[in-house]
Formats: sequence, C-alpha cells, structure tokens
Amino acid sequence: MFLDRLSAYQAIDLVKKKQITVSEILQDIIKRIEQVEESIKAFLTLNLKEALQEAKDYDRKINLGEEVPPYVGMMIAVKDNIVTKGIETTCGSKILKGFFPPYNATVIEKLKEAGAIIIGKTNLDEFAMGSSTENSAYQVTRNPWVLSRVPGGSSGGSAAAVVADESQVALGTDTGGSIRQPASFCGIVGLKPTYGRVSRYGLIAFASSLDQIGPLTKNVKDCALLMNIISGSDHRDSTSQDIEVSNYLNYCQEGLKNIKIGIPREYFQEKMDREVKEAFDKSLLIIERMGAELEEISLPHTAYSLPTYYLIANAEASSNLARYDGIQYGYRSQDFHNLFSLYCKTRSEGFGKEVKRRILLGTYALSSGYYDAYYLKAQKVRTLIKEDFDQAFKKIDLLLTPTSPTPAFKLGEKITDPLMMYLSDIFTIPVNLAGLPALSINCGFSQEGLPIGLQIIGPPFGEGKIIKVAYNFEQQNEIEKKKPSIGEIKENKEK
Amino acid sequence: MSEEVVIGLEIHIQLLTKTKLFCSCSTDYIGKEPNLNVCPVCLGLPGSLPVLNKKAIELAVKTALVLNCKINRVSLFHRKNYFYPDLPKNYQISQYDFPLAENGYLEISYPEVRKNIKVGIIRLHLEEDAGKLIHKGEITRANHSWVDYNRTGIPLAEIVTKPELHSPEEAQLFLIQLRNLVKYLGVCDGNMEEGSLRCDANISIRDKKTGALGTKTEIKNLNSFRSVRNALEFELRRQKKILEQGGRIIQETRHWNEEKKITVPMRSKEEAPDYRYFPEPDLLPLRIEQEMIERINKNIPELPEQRRKRLIKEYHLSEKDAQMYTDHSTLGDYFEQAAALFPDKKMLNNWIKVELLGYLSKKKINIEHSPVSPERLVGLLKLITQGIITGKIGKSILERMISTGQEASQIIQESKIKQINDQEEIKKIVDIIFKEHNDSIEDLKSGKEKALNYLIGQVMRYTKGRAKPELVREIIKKKLNLWNT
Repeated sequence: MFLDRLSAYQAIDLVKKKQITVSEILQDIIKRIEQVEESIKAFLTLNLKEALQEAKDYDRKINLGEEVPPYVGMMIAVKDNIVTKGIETTCGSKILKGFFPPYNATVIEKLKEAGAIIIGKTNLDEFAMGSSTENSAYQVTRNPWVLSRVPGGSSGGSAAAVVADESQVALGTDTGGSIRQPASFCGIVGLKPTYGRVSRYGLIAFASSLDQIGPLTKNVKDCALLMNIISGSDHRDSTSQDIEVSNYLNYCQEGLKNIKIGIPREYFQEKMDREVKEAFDKSLLIIERMGAELEEISLPHTAYSLPTYYLIANAEASSNLARYDGIQYGYRSQDFHNLFSLYCKTRSEGFGKEVKRRILLGTYALSSGYYDAYYLKAQKVRTLIKEDFDQAFKKIDLLLTPTSPTPAFKLGEKITDPLMMYLSDIFTIPVNLAGLPALSINCGFSQEGLPIGLQIIGPPFGEGKIIKVAYNFEQQNEIEKKKPSIGEIKENKEK
Repeated sequence: MSEEVVIGLEIHIQLLTKTKLFCSCSTDYIGKEPNLNVCPVCLGLPGSLPVLNKKAIELAVKTALVLNCKINRVSLFHRKNYFYPDLPKNYQISQYDFPLAENGYLEISYPEVRKNIKVGIIRLHLEEDAGKLIHKGEITRANHSWVDYNRTGIPLAEIVTKPELHSPEEAQLFLIQLRNLVKYLGVCDGNMEEGSLRCDANISIRDKKTGALGTKTEIKNLNSFRSVRNALEFELRRQKKILEQGGRIIQETRHWNEEKKITVPMRSKEEAPDYRYFPEPDLLPLRIEQEMIERINKNIPELPEQRRKRLIKEYHLSEKDAQMYTDHSTLGDYFEQAAALFPDKKMLNNWIKVELLGYLSKKKINIEHSPVSPERLVGLLKLITQGIITGKIGKSILERMISTGQEASQIIQESKIKQINDQEEIKKIVDIIFKEHNDSIEDLKSGKEKALNYLIGQVMRYTKGRAKPELVREIIKKKLNLWNT
C-alpha cells in the first residue's frame, strides 16, 4: 500500500471505516518524505515526532471506541508564514530564525479541532515575496515534475509537498497569486478564497489588504473539505466577514447547466506561451461540452494591475515588516553601537534582497510628497479594477483564464530580473486587488512534462460555484492522472 | 504690549477602559511588574491583528460630545510609522485625516473674576499608547535600556485645541478645567504625574500691528499643570527676547527641562520625521451610528459648570457653597437628595457643611460612606423644625447617629431624652413657661402664630426636647381657647 498517495478525504474515510490507522498513513508519508525530501526540499521544519504521537493518540481512542474529531486521518503541511504554537515559524527569513510563536493562527486552531495532523512547515519566498520560492533564506525548493524547475511561489514548498505526496494537503497564502501560481506549476488544485472568507489571525502579514490563506490539494474534493474547516468569521480578525459558510462538499456534484463563463479578452493581448494557450483553449472546449455557456468579456483596467499591486502591496509591506527590528524577537545583529545602528544592521543583515527592495519601494510610495501620486492613485485604480469585475459578474457567473502565462520556469532563470519575475503573476494579481476568490486546477502538460494551470475566478463568496466548475472539469479532463516520478528524474539534467 | 501670545495645546488622555484599545489585556498597569499585561496583539507579534475596543469608542464619543464636537459618522484609523523600541510594531495605530470628532469648543471660567472664554477644539481622535523605556543611567549615555510593554495599547484620546489661549496662565487654567471635566465624566483619571493625562504646547507671538502669526515652537515633556505654565512662561520670555533683539524664531520642537526650568531644542522642522501615514488595512472604517450618539448623549451627567449655575438658581446657595458641591460632586448629590425631602435649604446646607462634614471628618469618614443617609439627616432636621428637639440636641444626636448608625428617633427613644407623653406633666411645664413669658402670651392672645411656636420651643427647651410637641401645641391652644372664651 502507498498510503502517502491517498488524498485527505480518502484517508479520513478509510480511518472512519477502520480499514487503516492514522499511524499507518503517517508512517507511509514519513517514508515518502525520507525518500524524496532530499531532492525536493519542500519543508523548512518537520513536526514528525509530535505528529506520530498525535496519530498514536487518535488510534488509541478509535480502538477504545472513544469519539474523535471528524477529520482524523488528515495530514497537512503548513506554509511557514502561518504561526504555529511552539513550532518554529520563520517566514523563510533569517530575521525570524529561532522564532517560536506563543500562539496558534486561527486556521491552525480550527485544523487541530477538526483532527488534522500537522506534518511540518513548508518553504516559501521570504515573507511570501516572490514567485519561485527561490527567495527563501534557507533553501531552494524544486519542482517535483522536473527538478531543475521552480515549484512556483511563494507557496512553493506547500505545492511541492502535496504533489510529491509528502503531505495530503497543505495551507498556502496568496497575496498576488502565491497559492494559484505554484498550484499551476505543480499541477495541483489551489484556491485563494474571497478576502475575508478565512481569518488572517496568525498569518504573518505581507500586504494586509491582499493576503488570504487557502488550500493546496491533490483534488477538488480535498479543497472543498479544507475550505469547510478553515472558512468563517473570526472575532480576532476585523476584516473577516460574517457570511454563512456553505458545505463546499455539496458543490462536488456533476452537472454544469445554466452556467455562464466569461473569457476576459485583455488577458490574451500579452505574449503567452503557446502550450499554455493550447491547454487553455482545450479546457474551454471541455467546459463548453459540459454545458456551460462561454462569452468573451472585457476587463478594461487589467493593464494597470501590476503597477497598482506593487505600489499597494509594497507600501503595506514596508509598514508590516517594520516590527522586525531586533528588539523583541528574531534575529539581532551583534555588531551595533547605538539604537540606530542596531536597527540598520539587524535589518540589513536579516532581510534578503527582494524583501529590502520591496520595503524601499513601499516606503518611497508612502513618503510625504509622493503619497498622492503613488499610494492614493493606486488605491483609486484598485477601485476601478474591482469595478471591472463587478460589471463582468453582472453578466456572467465565473471567469476563466490561464493561471500563469508560462509553465514552471528554470531555477535561476528570473531571479536576477525582478520585473520578469513579477510578470509571472500577471493573471493572478487582479483577483487579489478585487478581493475575489479564484482557483487553479491542472489543465494539461507541456511537452517537457510541466503542468499547466487553469484559473477559475468567481464573484465575492462565490467559492461554491468555483468548486462546482472545478470538480466537473476534474471529472471530464481526459488528461491522464499523472504523478511525478521523482526517483527516476532525480538525476535528470535540463538541456 | 504690541504683541499677542498665541498658545495651542495637544492633550492626550488615557481612557478609563478595563482593557486595551486593540486587545483584551488589562489597562491596570501602574505599579505592575513589567511586561505582565501583554499578549501577541499588544506585543505586535507576527500574525497578530488589532480588534477595536467598543468601550474606548464610547468614552471618546462622550468626551467629544462634551467638548461640543461634531462626531464623524465614519472615521478612519491610520498607521503612523516610526521606529522606536517602545512601539512594538514600529507604527502606532492612530487617526489622521478622518478623525473621530472635529470642530468643538470648551468654555472655561476664571475663578475670581467671573469671566468665561471659549476655546476652540480642532479635533479629537483615538490612538494607542506606547510602552515605557527605562534607561540604565541618563538617556543619552545609557549603555542599555529596558522596555515595559504594559502601557502599550492603552487607549488614548488626543484633543487638539485651536491656538486660542492667550497666556501661560490661561493655558494652565484650560488644562485644569479640562482635567476636571474628564475626571468628572469618568473618562480619564486625569493624573498628569502618572501620565494618564499628557500635554504638549505650542506657542508663538502675533504681531498686533500687522496681525501676522509668529513662528511657533512646540514644547514637550510637560509633566504637571505647573510645568505647563512654567514652560510656556519661559518660552514666551525666550521668544520675546529674540524678537526684541531683532532675531528670528526657529520652528522647532523643544524639550522642557524640569530641573533647570528651561526649554532646550529637540528637533527642528527639517528634522521632523515623515510618519508615512496610510489607512490601517487591518481595521474597517469606524462607523458611529446616530443611535449610539444619542444613547451616549442621554447618559452624560450634568456638567460641573451647569450644576454650579443650577445650584445657585434652584437652592439660592452662595457662589462658594455651589462651587463646593460642584467640585465635590458626591457631596453635591448628598445635598440634592436631602433637599428633595426638606424645604429649608439654607438650614440643610448649614447642617451638611458644618455639622455633618465636621463629624465625618473627625471620624475620617468620606461622605460616600456616611452612616447617615440624606433621608436620615432630613429625619433629624424635621425633629428640630417641629420643635421636638432643639438644634443643640440635634447636633449631639447627629454625632451619635454617625457613630452608631442609628436613626434619630431610635436614639431619642433609647436615651434619657425620652418623650414626655403625659398630659398632666406637660400641663405643669406649660404653666411654668407661661409664668416666665408673659409678653409672649399677650402676643399669643392677639393671634400671633410666631408666638405659639416660640412658646412650644420654650417647652421643648425646658424638657430638653423630650416633650411631645403635638401634645404641647394642643395644650397651649386649649389654654388659649380657655382665655379667649
């Protein structure tokens, strides 16, 4: 048996039926980690000792016929920018090395209550700033499909862990595409929920008005399952919204009648990878065949998304990251002679290049004399971008776009060219600016064997509709359910 | 004088909430072990988020209403970004261009000359307090410092006045009266020494001929009402001297040195930090419903100035007594509760301020804990006005009421001063009194009511208040009828 290949809903079901034990699942996952982690490097911290103990405790209770939480059997990896009590949480940054949070994020509390077991903390671009996970201060995560390629980012560790069967499911965070783009690059399902759907309490902020926590899973059903657990309002997060959470599993049913889908024409004006375009067009045919109605629509302000995003996100980041100063916790430079030099040295040594770049850009955008021209203007454009979507959703139910203009690029290919790197989020960023939910699902492979993602965008709190289309697409998609063969291509060198 | 002094104040008051502005940590920090009242939110730990304290909003709205401000139905929180170790997030959550309230005024009065002046209030906004730094040695030479985050996140209301104060004395007066007001309202304990009320002042000299405003300086580190006045007086002298010598005032922030009684430069306008304000994305816009404003308005107690005026008008109290009951509001409440039950306000006032307060202070008891309730005091006074006991006996009974907690009638019954109910005995005493007061009997015969009361009083005095007054009255009247027939 390869229990590591089970998805969460299968594992939970088998545990309920007492066909397998929680420990058996975990042991197979640990075996898998031992086998592939060296090549993938998805995890920053493994929590296996505690995980094994928890598994044992659940098994004992099940044996005794005691009641256990409803989702026992679920194994989850958590992106390392979500705080976990007593488990080191670094954000992939040197500045938070040795930070053991004294509290759990709301999503972690919910997962623990539900019976999920945390396997470990996954790698990410430092403070979730990046699209390849290469900005981590600790290690480079590789794409399990082709090891010389990036897994995407910033939730690259979470995506790689799931597709490599090192975890059943994972939590990621998405500020400009950081769940969807790695899901696309790794060929799995990734959902960024509506802003306010999932509590941000315990998510280490990059850009507060854009960040959301969401699931990365092997299939749509697991995505729905995880959303059932983590969604809902939270009195500790004022921006979480008190809107009823539906049972998302109910949307995992066949039938796509009376669904109108829009294709935003502006997304196809930029140069796009031929294979991505082909896979996307093929997906449209499948979805149309399933009964959905397709319609080309316009989102006129799309072109302004990228600059708007980098002004707002960096401005918020410059303030959010001010607290890492070497005073209370985390890294402190040893070489200082007064308060000012303590700040300067700590932050110069503790932050990586990309983080410093964004702090500088954000600080500039908020500076007196520039605020109106940059930050305020960006907020106005953000409203226009949101209104584009509002208009579109009056006519159609959902939007379809490719998730990323290209499949996974090579390690090192864009790391020296920040602008090229920023462009890989061009299709995902408008969604964050508008606060909308969007999901990425695999819709094909390139000739090189790299996954290609399809993005389904919904109106606010339209997660159910998105899940429904994604589930149907998943059932109809003729692409063989492939698995990366990490062992075989371990030595594969890209030409 | 050809110039005019222009002073504006920026006052921070700590709001008397039980918990901090954005978390549920206790605000009770004075004398507490450092870093005890802290949690991930007020420590600014990664991932934590602020949640606004509703009570703080209510107290701020209450203050703003009393300062006659317009409450903004929607206001915004902003982040004020600057690095300092007492600020765990390195930004302070404050309000900026959309404050909670704007455009008010406070009327203050000079105590001696009955002059009132209106001082404009530009704005009132909510913000979080910072922590406290304790330096090893002097701040500039300390080789290390400690941080105490107990104070971090305590709610502050910042009140900014218009530059409408015209002397250091007036500034001090304003501050004292504002302090009295917020204390009276229960929104702040107003303790400047402990820092629950803080004040920065800016001052400039206007040229009266041209009317042009002078360059202002801002003074920080004012830790008492006296230091506000002293610092402003010093700064005024300093500015005048510079101007007289043909010099130019530099716009700067100056630090008040309490020991040397001087202000010293802290930073110039050019060195002023750029706080990079932007809307706090972790909080929603603050919406204040009309219903909330009305509810708070309804619960605002009568203000001291209003009460003082009313006490004079309603009870014909002297300015001095009205002021006493206003300054000491519990005593004022005591007086008013008793006054509702007793017609002779002057007598009541005298008994409260002389006898009651005298005995209470002898026993070191606050009026709040007086064993004699307003009702019982009135009970005693009625015995006196009815002539049952004399004022003198009343005083000794009051003293016993305070030490025993008993009612006046109870004390009378239990003591030797028991009433004389026996008709024959009273008749005998009345005869004795009549013999001694022949002239009064003549008055009585001619129908003077006063004379009747006087004679009753004499009987009461003779019996040391023990005769039953109704009976005395009845017997005297009977005798009178006898004579008149």
